[in-house]
Amino acid sequence: MQPITLDTVQNEINKFLNQDVYLHLETTNGAYASHFNQSFFSVGAYIRNAKVNFERGIITGDKAPYRAGLKIELGWVYAEGLTHWEVNEDGQLLLAGHDAEGKLAVALQLSPHPFE
Amino acid sequence: MSQEHVLVVFPHPDDEAFGVSGTIAMNTEKGVPVTYVCLTLGEMGRNMGNPPFATRESLPKIRKKELQAAADTLNINDLRMWGLRDKTVEFEDPKTLTARIGNVIDELKPTLIITFYPGYSVHPDHEATGRAVIRAVEQLPEDERPAVHCVAFSNDCYEMLGEPDVVNDVSSVSHQKLEAIKAHRSQTEWIIAAMAEENPEKVPEVLKRINKEQFWTYKF
Repeated sequence: MQPITLDTVQNEINKFLNQDVYLHLETTNGAYASHFNQSFFSVGAYIRNAKVNFERGIITGDKAPYRAGLKIELGWVYAEGLTHWEVNEDGQLLLAGHDAEGKLAVALQLSPHPFE
Repeated sequence: MSQEHVLVVFPHPDDEAFGVSGTIAMNTEKGVPVTYVCLTLGEMGRNMGNPPFATRESLPKIRKKELQAAADTLNINDLRMWGLRDKTVEFEDPKTLTARIGNVIDELKPTLIITFYPGYSVHPDHEATGRAVIRAVEQLPEDERPAVHCVAFSNDCYEMLGEPDVVNDVSSVSHQKLEAIKAHRSQTEWIIAAMAEENPEKVPEVLKRINKEQFWTYKF
C-alpha cells in the first residue's frame, strides 16, 4: 500500500460510481485491547460484501489521516482515519488507516465482485 | 493402550507458536503423529507493517503460507485448515462446530487434545473453539475421553484455575520452536526484533519462559 494522495485516490473512487459494487468496512482496535488494558473500551464494527451503489464518493481532509464518504441510494457510508491505499490485482480499491506501529485500525474497500 | 496421536485445535495460525509448538515438536520427534486443525486464516490480523507489507485482502494468503511453513518446521504432516473466518467462530452454529470436531475425534481417536481453556482464553474465537472441543469430548463415554490439555492466559486464570498441572520442558527442541515462531513472520517479526534487542519491556511474558510450556488439564 501507498500513503494516500487525494487526487489519485479520488480518481480511483470515481471508477466505482453509479454501479453495483461490494463494500468491506471495518473498524477495530484489536481483540486484546481490553486484555492488556482493562479500562479500555474495546469497539469494532465489520461489514463484508454489502452490495452498494453510490452516486457520490469523496475522499477529503487537509492532511493524513483522511476521510471518505459514499452517498448510497438510501443513506451514507463513511470512514475516517484513512492513511494508505492500493488497487490490488483483483481490481479492488483498498483504503486503510494504519497507526504508527503499522496496525490496521480502519478499512474501507470497494470491489467490482464479491470479496473472497 | 491405544496408539498415541495428538490433536491440536486452534482458531488462528500462530495460536500454537508461543505456548504449544515445543510440545508439538517433542511429540513429532518421538514419532507421535500430530494433527493440527486450524479454524481460520487469521484474516483479521492488524499488523500490516510500516511501511505496509500486507493488506486486509492479502493477509490470509500470507498467513496460510506461514502456517504451512510452521507446520513443516514442527513435522506436522496432517494440517487441516477449515476456512472459517477470523472473529466469527462464536457466531457459527455451535452444534455444527461440535459435530465437526467430533468427527475428527472419531476419525483419529486422539490420545491427547490440545486447545484453549473455555472461559480463560481471552479472544472470542479462542473461547468458542475451546467450548466446541470440550462439548465434543463430553459426548464421548467417560472411559473413552482423551486427556485435554488447555492453554489459558486470561488475567484471572491463575486465580481461578490455580497453577498449571502440566509443564513441559521443551528446551531440547527450542531451536525448532524458535523457527516455528519465526515462520509466522507477519505476526511475530516485532517480537523477534524485541528478543534480538534483549528489550525486556517489549518481550512478552510467554517468551521469557520459552522453554516451559504449560497447560491445565480440563476437568470434566
